[in-house]
Amino acid sequence: MGSKFLGVSAIALAMALSAGVASARDQIRIVGSSTVYPFTTAVAEQLGKTGGVKTPVVESTGTGGGMKMFCEGVGVNFADATNASRRMKAGEFANCQKNGVKDIIELMVGYDGLTLSHSKKSAPMKLTRAQVFLALAKNVPGPDGKLIPNPYKTWNQIDPSLPNKPIEILGPPPTSGTRDSLHELVMEPGAEQIPALKALKASDRKAFDAAWKTIREDGAYVEAGENDNVIVQKLEANPNAFGVFGFSFLEENAAKIQGVTIDGVVPEMDSISSLKYGPSRELFVYVKKAHVGVVPGLDKFAQEYVSDRAAAEGGYLEKKGLVPVPKAKLATSKANVAALKSMTGEGLPK
Amino acid sequence: MTDTSMTPPAPGIRTFDYGSDEAQARVKRRYQTEARFKLYGLLAVLFAGAFVFILLADIVRKGMPAFFEHRVVLTLDLDASLIDPTGRREIDALRNGDYNKIVMDAWRANFPEVTQRAERRRLEALVSSGAADDLRAAVIRDPALIGQKIRFPILLSDDADLHFKGLSSRISSAPGTGALDVKINGREVELSGSGQPFAAILADVKAGLMQDAERIGAELARLPASQQGGNNAALDARRIELAQRVAELRRRAGDVGSAETIDFSSMPSRIVRAEGASIRLQEIGASSAKGFLLVAPQREISRIDSWTVATFATPESNRKASDADIAWLETLNGRGAIEKAFSTRFFTSGDSREPELAGIRGALIGSALTLLVTLMVCLPLGVGAAVYLEEFAPKNRFTDILEVNINNLAAVPSIVFGLLGLAMFLNFFGLPRSAPLVGGLVLALLVLPTIIIASRAALKAVPPSIKEAALGVGASHQQAIFHHVLPLAMPGIMTGTIIGMAHALGETAPLLMIGMVAFIVDIPQAITDPGTVLPVQIYLWSDLPEVAFQAKTAGAILVLLGFLFVMNGAAILLRRRFERRW
Repeated sequence: MGSKFLGVSAIALAMALSAGVASARDQIRIVGSSTVYPFTTAVAEQLGKTGGVKTPVVESTGTGGGMKMFCEGVGVNFADATNASRRMKAGEFANCQKNGVKDIIELMVGYDGLTLSHSKKSAPMKLTRAQVFLALAKNVPGPDGKLIPNPYKTWNQIDPSLPNKPIEILGPPPTSGTRDSLHELVMEPGAEQIPALKALKASDRKAFDAAWKTIREDGAYVEAGENDNVIVQKLEANPNAFGVFGFSFLEENAAKIQGVTIDGVVPEMDSISSLKYGPSRELFVYVKKAHVGVVPGLDKFAQEYVSDRAAAEGGYLEKKGLVPVPKAKLATSKANVAALKSMTGEGLPK
Repeated sequence: MTDTSMTPPAPGIRTFDYGSDEAQARVKRRYQTEARFKLYGLLAVLFAGAFVFILLADIVRKGMPAFFEHRVVLTLDLDASLIDPTGRREIDALRNGDYNKIVMDAWRANFPEVTQRAERRRLEALVSSGAADDLRAAVIRDPALIGQKIRFPILLSDDADLHFKGLSSRISSAPGTGALDVKINGREVELSGSGQPFAAILADVKAGLMQDAERIGAELARLPASQQGGNNAALDARRIELAQRVAELRRRAGDVGSAETIDFSSMPSRIVRAEGASIRLQEIGASSAKGFLLVAPQREISRIDSWTVATFATPESNRKASDADIAWLETLNGRGAIEKAFSTRFFTSGDSREPELAGIRGALIGSALTLLVTLMVCLPLGVGAAVYLEEFAPKNRFTDILEVNINNLAAVPSIVFGLLGLAMFLNFFGLPRSAPLVGGLVLALLVLPTIIIASRAALKAVPPSIKEAALGVGASHQQAIFHHVLPLAMPGIMTGTIIGMAHALGETAPLLMIGMVAFIVDIPQAITDPGTVLPVQIYLWSDLPEVAFQAKTAGAILVLLGFLFVMNGAAILLRRRFERRW
């Protein structure tokens, strides 16, 4: 019987291999950020229902990984679009150009706010980003301005007006895009609010960068994995703990958790879309122009993403937790999509 | 050495007196140790069993809601001009009919008082976006329905569904005392009556205020003391603010009989229900109250004799369903229009971003296809390799190295196989991404070492006499193996395969690299279509923000466990049929 099995499987394998080498693709493939994934999937599903094309396949690979796959080349084996929780970097753009991905359409699809949240059972908190920095950094300036290992165990040690509660913050691990934004949106601006570190930035840029890029490892910051629902459950169980995650999770779980006011601004739809709330960021989708017209429905996908019923205020993406873009910006995106205008690569962050 | 007991003991050598007390005690001790060991074993089994039970009970409790859905049964007017304007009953025309309008018209007709745009949007949001799709499917199945009025179940949205599954707010209801005079001005309502009909409610509100005051007072007491010479400005300000709030709350709570205005962000909502109407109380005095008409009465009313007051314990801002949402849903429930039904949708549809529409079928088929590929590849390869290595291969340094490597391969982290799959199957052979074919091949590589090792052990366990007898009557080496040894080793090989397959069924890490961790709505029809598998679906759902997906996650885990039971059950049946004794 072994020989029979061997024969059957050999045939199956041969068939499978020959079937796999398909030339055309009739389904859109999207990769990229896990932060944008809930929104892109909603658009994909809508397109599949109404656009007369197959529902696009959306992978959740992280912004960096998505950029790499997106920029690998043009052709059926490469992704048609990528989600990003930040703008494309100059290096990534250059990589794209090098691999023949010349024309890229950039869509700014909305905003995400990074929030520090805690259980509704505890009293509301107001923090500055400097205070968050002092609670989270591995090394903080001591009384003489020199960096010392973080001595703060309770909030009132940082500022007497804060409650006498232990510092316990649950947040994303280093592999997560949310962790990147924690560093860039909270830690760096927070460090700059502290005079001693501002002086350090001028004198020793490297030491300054190391200061805000290193998070304490003495147990006050707990890496709680990529699953934000687990963090919400832990916050419910422990009213002293704070969690770091995106605004959409705060909104969805508003029954259980509340956002901390940061630098005097409450995390809300309005304060985030006006970028008044400090820790907020823009979300992007990049579309490969060379694939428009080759992969059916790709242009429709881009149009759907910036359409009024999806991205505008009251659209279905807002219901999914995306903070919508103001009308003027949305109009620009729409014009870009209609004209298939590709990005120039100027002004991209390094 | 066994014959030593036969010879009589030599003189001078100590003999044992098995009857002495000492010996009896020794025997007793030995039995005690055995009893203790048995007890430990039993305890360990019970302990493990208790954990499995707790785990299962928790998953079942969390997962059961995923298997049920709530629907509202409405009378729909299938207007031919909306569905099939040409009247030719062509399938394309039927597909493009405006079913959403039919559903929404019927839904809104329940609450004609809702006219304002924002409020209407809230009302419409209680119906799933998939309701129109259900109607479309029903009409296409039976075009004779067009032009008729039919009773049709309409799927509710996830928030409405969660309300009926008891996840919005605790609702308590109490009968009201005395008759009320009702003055309705638009949506504003004034209620009044003699004999202080609202006194009990007002007292309840005041008691709530007192509790708030105590809570804030406790918080005030926890504030640290001001430090001498320190910067205490912020601390002092907070202390003063809290103290003022406590004093204000105490004053309001103590002032018995004074009217209260409800703050819906922090206080429970109270709804007066009578004659089909729902009125949310905004200002409550002892003898009169002002409120907002959430649901209009079925007839003009100016006086109500019997009424109830419902208290939604969770303040409105702390839940997804607003007071109006709950009032609408409960009104329909009171009319008997809401039905709870088994959600066949969960087993017949693919993934979706709407929790109430999301189903497991795509992942289930994906898992089945993937495991089929894995089995087709790794069973013959694994058994073949095991037979060759065990029975035919020469014993030399090369086969030794091979053996060590196979054993090592069994311990390689699974993500490495994903990287291998990406480099080999996708980049070199150019197979499609996200396909169960590639997933199956990668998982086959993953379980191959397990199957080879188990199969070799099974072959080794067959007594050599079997093979020798076959060789003795003139069978060739190959005949002896394939006709006699392999069939006898089959049960062991099957066991190894089951373990390997169960391992493959639960893997997600290697599938990440080959694009199977993805949002895929269409159900895969072939091994080259994009597909995902059950554990990936569980992972993806667990990560979504909508609360209703948590039940779906637990439901999917139950389906995965069921799949595992069915797979293992089938394998055990097969093994029984193959089993031969010697």
